[in-house]
Amino acid sequence: MDHLTRLEQTSIHIFREAYRCFRNVCMPWSMGKDSNVLIWLARKAFAGKVPFPLLHIDTTYEFPEMYAFRDWATKEHGIELLVRINEDAIRRGVGYATHDPVTVTHELKTLALRQALDEFKWDALITGIRRDEDPTRAKERHFSPRSAEGAWDYKDQPPEFWGQFATTPPPGGHVRVQPLLEWTELDIWEYIRREGIPIPTLYFARDGKRFRSLGCHPITHPVPSTADTLDAVIDELRLTRTSERAGRAQDHHERNAMQKLRAKGFM
Amino acid sequence: MSTLTETDTQRLHVVVVGHVDHGKSTFVGRLLHDTGSLPDGKIEQVKAACAAEKMDFEFAFLLDALLEEQEQNITIDTTRIFFRTDRRNYAIIDAPGHREFLKNMVTGAASASAALLLIDAQEGVMDQSRRHATLLSMLGVRQIVVLVNKMDLVGHREDAFRRIEADYTAFLRTLGISAQRFIPIAARHGDNVVRRSPAMPWYAGPTVAEALDGFEHADDLGRLPLRMPVSDIYRFDHRRIIAGRVEAGALRPGDDLVFLPGGRRSTVRAFEDWPTTTRDVVPTGASAGFTMEHQIFAERGQVAAHPEAAPRVGREFRARLFWLSKEPLLPNRAYRLRIGTQETQAFVTRIHSVTDADTLAAGDAASVPRDAVADLLIRTAKPVAFDLHHECPVTGRFVLEDSTRIAGGGIITEAVQDASPRPGTGPVSGQERAARLGHGAAVLWFTGLSGAGKSTLAESVERRLFDAGKHVVRVDGDDLRAQLSADLGFSAEARAESVRRAAAVAGLFADTGAVVLVTLIAPIAADRAKARKSLARHPFLEVFVDAPLATCEARDPKGLYAKVRRGEIKEFTGISSPYEPPADPEVHVRTDQVELAEATEQVLHAIDEVIREPREDWEV
Repeated sequence: MDHLTRLEQTSIHIFREAYRCFRNVCMPWSMGKDSNVLIWLARKAFAGKVPFPLLHIDTTYEFPEMYAFRDWATKEHGIELLVRINEDAIRRGVGYATHDPVTVTHELKTLALRQALDEFKWDALITGIRRDEDPTRAKERHFSPRSAEGAWDYKDQPPEFWGQFATTPPPGGHVRVQPLLEWTELDIWEYIRREGIPIPTLYFARDGKRFRSLGCHPITHPVPSTADTLDAVIDELRLTRTSERAGRAQDHHERNAMQKLRAKGFM
Repeated sequence: MSTLTETDTQRLHVVVVGHVDHGKSTFVGRLLHDTGSLPDGKIEQVKAACAAEKMDFEFAFLLDALLEEQEQNITIDTTRIFFRTDRRNYAIIDAPGHREFLKNMVTGAASASAALLLIDAQEGVMDQSRRHATLLSMLGVRQIVVLVNKMDLVGHREDAFRRIEADYTAFLRTLGISAQRFIPIAARHGDNVVRRSPAMPWYAGPTVAEALDGFEHADDLGRLPLRMPVSDIYRFDHRRIIAGRVEAGALRPGDDLVFLPGGRRSTVRAFEDWPTTTRDVVPTGASAGFTMEHQIFAERGQVAAHPEAAPRVGREFRARLFWLSKEPLLPNRAYRLRIGTQETQAFVTRIHSVTDADTLAAGDAASVPRDAVADLLIRTAKPVAFDLHHECPVTGRFVLEDSTRIAGGGIITEAVQDASPRPGTGPVSGQERAARLGHGAAVLWFTGLSGAGKSTLAESVERRLFDAGKHVVRVDGDDLRAQLSADLGFSAEARAESVRRAAAVAGLFADTGAVVLVTLIAPIAADRAKARKSLARHPFLEVFVDAPLATCEARDPKGLYAKVRRGEIKEFTGISSPYEPPADPEVHVRTDQVELAEATEQVLHAIDEVIREPREDWEV
């Protein structure tokens, strides 16, 4: 098996274990490239069907194109879609005009997710994080327990070996299932090209710039690029020496911002 | 430079292990830096962060990005970093060396094809140097290169290097393994990491980067017989799809398959891939989804194999096990065993020896402490399909869970013939009885204070099992006292004898294939342990029917507590004689907190797990 096939097949195995071992599974969907790869892998794992709901945590700061893509892809993949917004935070006026990015991310993403968890009582969430995105993500497990408060106990993670995972959520908590952990950014793009997976066109260069990672529009910045096709993006990534999330302001707001966000339940 | 020029499309996983502070993270940081694998600005970013905190820059900080790790200067959890050489892509797994984080080292090392083991030239071979090599040998990591680090601190002297080489080679020999080579390095300065060191002209061997390119991928299991543990059965539409990952061998349409345990057979009709593919083989490591020619009973946990090369099926085997939990592993205590997708309760029935991984001194022991390696016998509550580890590693290894958490891992070294007395030595076998009844036998022992609700719960379970078509018998403690044990009083000896007789009766019923529900206070833990042992031929579930004494006394269904309080009964469990609650019952029911219906479901669920046997005539 080639490298991409091996990654794909391992991810499919993780999907199947999660679907079988948990009662109530949900997959957050950002509409970004990684979460579209997840949908593709889920359909491969389950004979063409996505057998659990997808959750879009709508920060209300998504790029307009992302909403359009969401509605199109929901039909294309036959998805059961849930959309949730932290209405309370919106009412309190939390937003990028008035608040720092770490606070807004916490309110509109992490707390919104926690509200949805309270509402639906999922015992597992399938997420698209990868080890190469951030040093704290590098230390993750494929099955990563979260407490009732959503916290990640990175000091005492369960052992994970021989294809055996932590399949029991802590009391009141849930387990994050992370099928893309071993993939790199380049793997994702090469797989998208090989499989022909639909993704938003914001990833491709327009007027000398493209988005390498997509989040809320006020704090997500395009990088200089002329890569306007899949081939060009892949060629560009082979040569790049800057990090993928360099354009995501909330990661760099303060030292260890990412670790602090993640310990509180951010993806 | 490397003489290996062929490019390799597979990513090779290499774990970096060794004693705490022997410089693993520094080495990996240096390797990334010297191979030009760091993103632009990373060094500057970490240097700036160090300056802000008034700390000296260390290459290790590039990896130990967690704040806690930087403060304590140790790696807490395994991390992995991807980088490439001209030859191929690598995932470097940086595992913690601190003893407390051994479970994380195992997590990191289990997925590796090769290992770099660091030893501090000044300190020499330490306990974790030995322990990590022991675990590598059990995890099946066979390619090991030893890096003797911090050579600058011993004046780059060859004799210091050779002494460690000799010491450690002798140690590895006791494990039956050897290192491919030893390399003297000074990771801090980059000597012999990527760049050859002018300070050690006496060393003519490869640099670490060159040694990496010399590693091979772990053995491909494709040449072994097919093993596909069933992970699920999907019925999203009209199709009934068997899902699983091929762990060894290969799967093709038209293959005849046997599903073990159980033994039902069918033939692969077609792969049900999405999007539709034309693949005609699912190789080792790939996931399969297929339909079958004949619909037979199959379920998660069974192993699909070719009938002429099937795995063993049994309930007892000998194993070598490493234990990672803070709580020691105890014999005759229920653990959850997972082997592939199979799960069952399991008991360690005998500990042959426990090896202290520091010194590799073997000794007798009554339990297996954290981080030790043991040679032991394991008995499972229901039959499992397995191979010996040397025959097929993926179906020859298992994990044990303690309180829902993976607590240890083991490799199966020997299958044990079932020696305990069991139905089946006569003309009718236990399997035949189970096949006729449609389920296996089991003994449930309901223990708890008088008035806790043992009989109420057992009667409710009996009704439900009977209604579900199960062969069920209830052995009531009061009935036994009135008949078989009418001669016994309430002394400690008499109580022990009463428990022994109840166990013997339960065993006879279970031998007929029944699910036996025993309700008996059996206040002494040692008596219950003896009962469990005498019934080892059947799955045995201890059901702790638990309610506070005050609750039991308030209920007082037989008016016994009132008699005790009036002084009409002298010896009474919980008041004038002790009740030793089970330390680790298979089922724990708090009858003061849950309704009878819920408690019943709890017990039924546990029974279902141990008596499920596929029926001969089961058709879909």
